[in-house]
Amino acid sequence: MNKFTEDDLKKDLENKEYEYGFYTDIESDKFPVGLNEGVVIAISKKKNEPQWMTDWRLDAFKIWKEMEEPDWANVTYDKPDFQNISYYAAPKQKPKLDSLDQVDPELLKTFDKLGISVDEQKRLSNVAVDVVMDSVSVATTFKKTLNEKGIIFCPISEAIEKHPELVKKYIGSIVPKTDNFYAALNSAVFSDGSFCYIPKGVTCPMELSTYFRINESGTGQFERTLLIADEGAYVSYLEGCTAPQRDENQLHAAVVELIALDNAEIKYSTVQNWFPGDANGKGGIFNFVTKRALCETNAKVSWTQVETGSAVTWKYPSCVLKGDNSVGEFYSIAVTNNYQQADTGTKMVHLGNNTKSTIISKGVSAGKSNNSYRGLVKVGPRANNARNFSQCDSLLMGNECGAHTFPYIEAKNKTAQIEHEATTSKIGEDQLFYCNQRGIDTEKAIALIVNGFSKDVLNKLPMEFAVEAKKLLEISLEGSVG
Amino acid sequence: MDLKEKLVSSFLAFENEGKLDLNSNTHAARLEAIKSFEGNGFPSKAIEDWKYTSLKPLLKHDYCLFPTTKSPVGFKNIRKYLLNDIETYTLVFVDGKFSSFLSTTTHDDCDVCVLSSALNRPKYKMVVDNYFNKIANKNESISQLNTAFTIEGAFINVPKNTIVPKPVQIIYFSTGSEKEVLLQPRNLVVVGENSHVQIIERHQNLSEEVTLTNSVTEIFANKRAVVDYYKIQNDTKNSSLIDGTYVSQKMQSVASVNTFSFGGKLTRNNLEFYQEGEGISSHLNGITILNDKQHVDNTTLVNHKFPNCESFELYKGIYSDKSTGVFNGKVIVKHNAQKTNAFQQNNNILMDDGATINSKPQLEIFADDVKCSHGCTIGQLDETALFYMQSRGIPKKEARALLLYAFGNDVVEKIKIPQLKTKIANFIADKLKVDLGFTL
Repeated sequence: MNKFTEDDLKKDLENKEYEYGFYTDIESDKFPVGLNEGVVIAISKKKNEPQWMTDWRLDAFKIWKEMEEPDWANVTYDKPDFQNISYYAAPKQKPKLDSLDQVDPELLKTFDKLGISVDEQKRLSNVAVDVVMDSVSVATTFKKTLNEKGIIFCPISEAIEKHPELVKKYIGSIVPKTDNFYAALNSAVFSDGSFCYIPKGVTCPMELSTYFRINESGTGQFERTLLIADEGAYVSYLEGCTAPQRDENQLHAAVVELIALDNAEIKYSTVQNWFPGDANGKGGIFNFVTKRALCETNAKVSWTQVETGSAVTWKYPSCVLKGDNSVGEFYSIAVTNNYQQADTGTKMVHLGNNTKSTIISKGVSAGKSNNSYRGLVKVGPRANNARNFSQCDSLLMGNECGAHTFPYIEAKNKTAQIEHEATTSKIGEDQLFYCNQRGIDTEKAIALIVNGFSKDVLNKLPMEFAVEAKKLLEISLEGSVG
Repeated sequence: MDLKEKLVSSFLAFENEGKLDLNSNTHAARLEAIKSFEGNGFPSKAIEDWKYTSLKPLLKHDYCLFPTTKSPVGFKNIRKYLLNDIETYTLVFVDGKFSSFLSTTTHDDCDVCVLSSALNRPKYKMVVDNYFNKIANKNESISQLNTAFTIEGAFINVPKNTIVPKPVQIIYFSTGSEKEVLLQPRNLVVVGENSHVQIIERHQNLSEEVTLTNSVTEIFANKRAVVDYYKIQNDTKNSSLIDGTYVSQKMQSVASVNTFSFGGKLTRNNLEFYQEGEGISSHLNGITILNDKQHVDNTTLVNHKFPNCESFELYKGIYSDKSTGVFNGKVIVKHNAQKTNAFQQNNNILMDDGATINSKPQLEIFADDVKCSHGCTIGQLDETALFYMQSRGIPKKEARALLLYAFGNDVVEKIKIPQLKTKIANFIADKLKVDLGFTL
């Protein structure tokens, strides 16, 4: 057998096509390109939204027009032309379904290819899937079980219709319209997303899951997720993403708001594998996401993310630890390859007493990619006994990639205890040698070592996701390491 | 008229009256610098590197730019600010002017003299042309301002294969001859191959008047040179200091800059290391102990450009009352800087509510075969250790001081001049308001 060298690995990876790059041919109801007040109103109309929602969107649009696109992140890209995007696309057939038979077979095929057949999910894995295909939820399963518990899990457009009081109360409360450029844009034009409400004291019996896909060429996807865990509730929420291969850059500007009321616990996991662009850095998705959680007394929010896709990733899932004894966690693996750029991290804002936060971030960069961790740990003057532990490790593969760490630590209380540590390294030759010596070939050894490197985070993923995440890591890393 | 306009408009008069050679390269550097400053103005909080330090309260004063000393300063006035128990070369400046009768200079083995004579004498033209303003950060407009108004400061030129026999002390005094004074000293240190020098720098206000010092130091360490630089910042509560220190190192040189910040109203240290060869070792150490409303900002940069180099950075801070500390450490490892070993550590203790620490240890790494790590902690004294000492009969105050002293000791131990070490230890004891009952 020929020795599998580093160069072979690199070549292998460059030639690796995006595995999930196929395109589903479904007729789609699509707006012409461009953005103005008319489009915002039209989106709102399309969704049969009440007047207050339309006004809310218009207000956001007004704010957005005044804002400038931020450029402080450690990424470079051609700024998207916001007048050259279609702001709404929905599959034309919009059946209200009770069973899977009624779903468009083309759609089902897509999920089969992704290995997330709704059918299979339904029978085997006990996961309720709210499938978002180009911004409109098409099939929602396990509704009955959830209904019995009083859990609301539906597309946000439906929630606006059926539960306006909840939406009105919480939407924009954590990520206000004025928060940032992309949050404002999202607030104005979000087409759909998921809404979830767990009533008091209810433990959600299954992992809630939404699969997002960007399908229509040239449509930006503006998802809005609002998740409320009422007092004493528990929910584990999964979000996974894949997208078809496209040449032009697609914009994704989502907003996710989590609200954990007293004693509630939310576990939010993401696997993101959007099209990262080809080996020459052409194409790929711009992923500019605002994710934030609010923790009331004794509440706990845990973010777990596996980021392997997107040409440009720019996201900081954050926790506002407002209540006493609240806990925030952030576990992240970001893998970049070829010309991918990721600027990701978290913000932990300690406001209540005895708040705790943990940050574990693992970055792997290969090819010509750049991977940045940017995080903020802030302890307010009245937050007594705040505790934070942060760890950021980077692994570099090859000499053309970069790993960056930008931790911001701001403490205003003398009882705060904050620890931050970061390391950067490459895979040790002695480790590789040891594995080789034991009969494990280089590629397998690398996979083993990287797996070990990311284990802290992978372990935090729910079972179903962990398998997929490992697969994605392998796809992204296979050959790139060394 | 705001300060910026005042500075820009007095530039011409400064150049003409200062008897400066208008045909020299330094004149061109000055012109370029003032133009850049006019364009950019004073750095604001909108600039990432100045995010945590605002100069605004400093800029509202109506500074006198070219003060004259009214009351003469005698040796007995300044004795306590000097390191007296060892022999040193001493460069004393009073209100920006060199005081030859308080100083001890030399031209024997090496040049320890003043920058004004170096700028004007043909003998030093080569050195000045080769080194002056070569590494001061052109993007830092506060350093550009200093360049524009460069007229006086220390000039230390060590030829190759020379060990400077005595440490050099550089002290800038201000006498409060005017109500509000802006001083802009400029130091140039050139250390030749295989040479060795130790330098201590201090800024001291002898009055209670307002003083702002905007100092820039350029240090060049040639092949295998060893440079030890110590900065003592223990000024009065109306004195502020903005310090830009730029170090350029050649192959196998060792340079260390140690910063001891105990006093002053606002202190900003820009410390930048540029490694221009292989086998270089850079050391950055600092202790900051603050109280009242003091503010100290340590912004550092280590730029690794060549393989097989190392850098060690260790900053400790103790913050009481309403003081604010900033640590902004950046380590860059460029593409071909393989086998770099970069270490950065920042430990802080907050003593009181109201004290603030903002820490931003950054790594930017482009090479894969490197060992880079940074650590940052914010915490309190170990209660059990405190209890243990109290249970052994050590009063709480002393016990606390002992623990704090031990906390900072890592950095104190790096001082290579024993007399200076004692002096710093005394400063720390003073600042912690205890008598430690022992000396090192």
